[in-house]
Amino acid sequence: MMFFFLFSVSGNASNPEFKKKKNSECLLRLRHEGLLNSCPAGVASCPASSCPFRSPRSPRLKLLESALLLGPRPTAGGMEFSELIRTGRAQAELLRGPGAPPLRGTLCVTGHHLLLSPGPQATSDLWLLLLRSVDSIEKRVAGDSGTITLRCKDLRVLQLDIEGVEATLDIARSIEALSSLESVITSFPFFYRPKGLRLGDAWHFHPPEHYYKRVARETNAWRLSEVNEDFSVCPSYPRAVIVPRAVDDDALARSARFRQGGRFPVLSYHHAPSGTVLLRSSQPLTGPQKRRCAEDEELLRAVLAGARPGARGFIVDTRSAQAAKQARMTGGGTEAKAAYPGWKRLHRPMERGRPLQESFVRLVEACGDLEQSMDRWLSRLEGCRWLAHVKEALSTACLAAQGMEREGACILVHGAEGTDSTLLVTSLAQLILDPLSRTMTGFQELVEREWIQAGHPFQLRCAHSAFSHARPKHEAPTFLLFLDCVWQLGRQFPLSLEFGEGLLLALFEHAYASPFGTFLCNSEKERCLCEVRTRTHSLWSGLNQPKEQRKLRNPLYVLNPLAIWPSVEPQSLRLWQGLFLRWTRPPEPSEAAWEKVWQIVTDKEKTEGSQPTVSASEPQP
Amino acid sequence: MTVEMILHHHIASVEKLALTTSGCPLVIQCKNFRIVHFIVPRERDCHDIYNSLLQLSKQAKYEDLYAFSYNPKQNDSERLRGWQLIDLAEEYKRMGVPNSNWQLSDANREYKICETYPRELYVPRIASKPIIVGSSKFRSKGRFPVLSYYHREKEAAVCRCSQPLSGFSARCLEDEHLLQAISKANPVNRYMYVMDTRPKLNAMANRAAGKGYENEDNYSNIRFQFVGIENIHVMRSSLQKLLEVNGTKGLSVNDFYSGLESSGWLRHIKAVMDAAIFLTKAIMIENASVLVHCSDGWDRTSQVCSLGSLLLDSFYRTIRGFMVLIEKDWISFGHKFSERCGHLDSDPKEVSPVFTQFLECVWHLTEQFPQAFEFNEAFLLQIHEHIYSCQFGNFLGNCQKEREELKLKEKTYSLWPFLLDDQKKYLNPLYSPKSQAVAVLEPNTVSFNFKFWRNMYHQFDRTLHPRQSVFNIIMNMNEQNKQLENDIKDLESKIKQHKNKQTDGVLTKELLHSVRPESPTLKTSLCFKEQTLLPVNDALRTIEGSNPADNRYSEYAEEFSKSEPAVVSLEYGVARMTC
Repeated sequence: MMFFFLFSVSGNASNPEFKKKKNSECLLRLRHEGLLNSCPAGVASCPASSCPFRSPRSPRLKLLESALLLGPRPTAGGMEFSELIRTGRAQAELLRGPGAPPLRGTLCVTGHHLLLSPGPQATSDLWLLLLRSVDSIEKRVAGDSGTITLRCKDLRVLQLDIEGVEATLDIARSIEALSSLESVITSFPFFYRPKGLRLGDAWHFHPPEHYYKRVARETNAWRLSEVNEDFSVCPSYPRAVIVPRAVDDDALARSARFRQGGRFPVLSYHHAPSGTVLLRSSQPLTGPQKRRCAEDEELLRAVLAGARPGARGFIVDTRSAQAAKQARMTGGGTEAKAAYPGWKRLHRPMERGRPLQESFVRLVEACGDLEQSMDRWLSRLEGCRWLAHVKEALSTACLAAQGMEREGACILVHGAEGTDSTLLVTSLAQLILDPLSRTMTGFQELVEREWIQAGHPFQLRCAHSAFSHARPKHEAPTFLLFLDCVWQLGRQFPLSLEFGEGLLLALFEHAYASPFGTFLCNSEKERCLCEVRTRTHSLWSGLNQPKEQRKLRNPLYVLNPLAIWPSVEPQSLRLWQGLFLRWTRPPEPSEAAWEKVWQIVTDKEKTEGSQPTVSASEPQP
Repeated sequence: MTVEMILHHHIASVEKLALTTSGCPLVIQCKNFRIVHFIVPRERDCHDIYNSLLQLSKQAKYEDLYAFSYNPKQNDSERLRGWQLIDLAEEYKRMGVPNSNWQLSDANREYKICETYPRELYVPRIASKPIIVGSSKFRSKGRFPVLSYYHREKEAAVCRCSQPLSGFSARCLEDEHLLQAISKANPVNRYMYVMDTRPKLNAMANRAAGKGYENEDNYSNIRFQFVGIENIHVMRSSLQKLLEVNGTKGLSVNDFYSGLESSGWLRHIKAVMDAAIFLTKAIMIENASVLVHCSDGWDRTSQVCSLGSLLLDSFYRTIRGFMVLIEKDWISFGHKFSERCGHLDSDPKEVSPVFTQFLECVWHLTEQFPQAFEFNEAFLLQIHEHIYSCQFGNFLGNCQKEREELKLKEKTYSLWPFLLDDQKKYLNPLYSPKSQAVAVLEPNTVSFNFKFWRNMYHQFDRTLHPRQSVFNIIMNMNEQNKQLENDIKDLESKIKQHKNKQTDGVLTKELLHSVRPESPTLKTSLCFKEQTLLPVNDALRTIEGSNPADNRYSEYAEEFSKSEPAVVSLEYGVARMTC
């Protein structure tokens, strides 16, 4: 009953059972949920709040609709959410897996959410699921009821037992249609207006200028170029990139024409202690004719000249020598030795694309089987090869870091497109070398700079997670692999990362489905076109709220000024249980232990904090 | 310059490899899973070292073992007090026996009924001596059913014995009576479980040799159950395979996991754990007593009884309680430590890592229940170290009778007081004894909860370990908290005194400093102790054990720096050593 108005909003506006009283009660609940904001400021800044509703309503209801975002807002194709919602509600029971009690109540499908409202006498809160986070849906009907199994992108498996066959089928179809909408500007982040956050906050935290300031303090050899200001030189780069001071914008543009997707070599990280740099790019377009590009060669020569005297360079190609050679047939290739004096090429083949996605799918499959024998489990863990990919990624990053720190060499990393394994290597190498990137803000800056702004195509890579039955096209869990590697670093250096597993889990969830705009689109250019930065909230401002900190921080963190060299031997790498087995194992003991650690640490701060008070109360003469 | 020591008793094998240009390589494998490579420049020296080590590592007599010459500078009364630290009579009292259903039997006081059992045994009150004697004749090695653990609340018992000599049809009325007496000693539940911890096939094969398992038809009120733990030979070769895989240079992730799978090691660990859980459930859920046996009742039976007790009783999860548990279910009931650990030059087929498996099961429990144990991993590793070290008397010999004959309590020292003295090192800072949730542990034995125990099997391979220890830092913090709290109290009382005396503040300040002069440095020295001596801006510094060259990131390592093996001096001159 309580949610009937939702139904009415999504199609049947003139339902007589609509009750205003219930309405306000619900508003309170939603507010309590913290997900929906009903403050006037939020509504005012809602881009679509001017959309006309079909029928006049009370101001309060209008408020609520803006908050709930159920209004029939036109989508890119002129389609309306309401047309996709076949039925608004049904009685259902939700099974959330081991540990959580089942939930009974009224189920509702709205434009972006699946809601379950427990009966009026129930004590539990409203349950909400972002439809975008549904990866696959399976329906079964028997007798006069049905069952929907939802497999989510965060690897959760939910089961809904629904009364009524028609209702089950309708709800399933609605979820199916709504969870696979591809349009960016109708996605939930464009409507999400959480309490306590202001639009535009935190988006200015990490512009390219910010990192350049740091580099400029350390060396004079680099400049910030705006050659890509209108994204015409390289559509997947941000508008400003850091390049050798000695190379002008024209040369950059010419070098860009010699690199796939225009991704010419740019600075990724300057390692001040050894005066060396980490660069990234895409493959050169040498092609079968072994083409050369003077400006590209000049660029790399300038890199060595700007580094410490006598510096050598290593090009870490993330493909095998064979694959790099084959790429010439399709116009790509790799740097010819003679053309780039001082640079030496190393090939470290890394898995990417579909095999990586398949590895992920197989691992998740294996993790879902609670009955398998020890032998079967170990052979599936081996067969999925996920940990082998972790080892590859970490050891390649270590190789790059070792070259910079121990050999005083400059490192250029690229594969083919330079948007996947390349970023994996450069971002991990920075974590290993740079203590600042291991802080809470430093790590957020790293993700923003080396993944989001560097043009990792999140929308393509994270369209589906491990449960989707659809044939993968562009999906690949490269970012998840990065998070896993960071987790491994955190396990081996438990005091050196300021953030804990909580942040990594949050980033995984939000990369695949999020109310925030941070991981939307594939590049800065697209984000600019969709006005993501002005019309959605940044995940960073969401995460950096004080109430989130205990979940995300590592209580044991102590600044470690050194490089952290992880062991990459198979005996040292572990399956990330906190992620892959998150929903299948009872979390209590480890969570309680973590709580105890927090308690010890806060006790420590308390006792230390109380010292001055005692001293202050010392008697004055 | 550090001195590395390897106990001769720890040496499992010495191998001389083919001569190389730099010298003669010598590989020493230790029982504590350490592997050391030496390169001795001169072949003759190498040969001499090889022969000496072979002799020194294999002793023929107990009296030549280290324990008999080890002298920690204690007098006789201290030594005796050390041996009296763990008192099993006290432990049975704690469990609540003797009581109206269970009593101490003097049947084995002179080791007349069973040589491998202790003198003091607890049996059902209604089991008379003739029944005990009769039953012992029907059990392999005379190991008749006796009490191992008594659950006070449930009034249910865990009993242990060896296999019956039933063959294909033999039966023994006294044995049947004894089992009935055990089930009658449980006032709540009249049926009892008999757990044969062997695979069914093995138990059936034993029938041909006149041994076997209980026939359910002959015993009233028993429920018979096989749990399928493999024998000592399977376990020995399983560990052998595991070590072979892990010893491979440049091991790939896939080879590691396929090796882990084919060794079967984790499967065996899971089998032991599942058996202990079966036992726990029988007692907690069905309130039934359980009788556990295998073939001789000193390997798998010890594993299952001790692990079951550990799940049931939180006392055994304390440092002292764990010592009691080992004394009770392993040492007193005659687990053949000397044969299983190969203390003497004896039959290699008797060697088996049965106790190591028990420690590994406990480690898995500490991983699943991080707050349930008073001790940490270092405690388990230290015990493992001393099972083989022969430095203390506790684990020498194969049964109590043999230990008494060796006069171990007069000639050697007990390990436990030394561990208790070092207790600080072995404390788990997260231990929460009062938490009700951990009263009885219910571990989850889904396959993916079993992990390779790197810190055991690669104890000495420092490059594989995490480079910072959470336990250490929490331990330090806890201590600091305590110290600071004491300081506060101290200061407050001093301030009070001074207020009373109305003295001037200068003195107070001095006093303040005298209370904790070191405290300002505490925080910084907490976690990077190893680095405090080094200058801060040296780019080449790393956390100890973490060095890119050690980690072999790539075959291009030769492009970069090469790692040189450490040069060490041996008794026979200089050699190079890599671990």
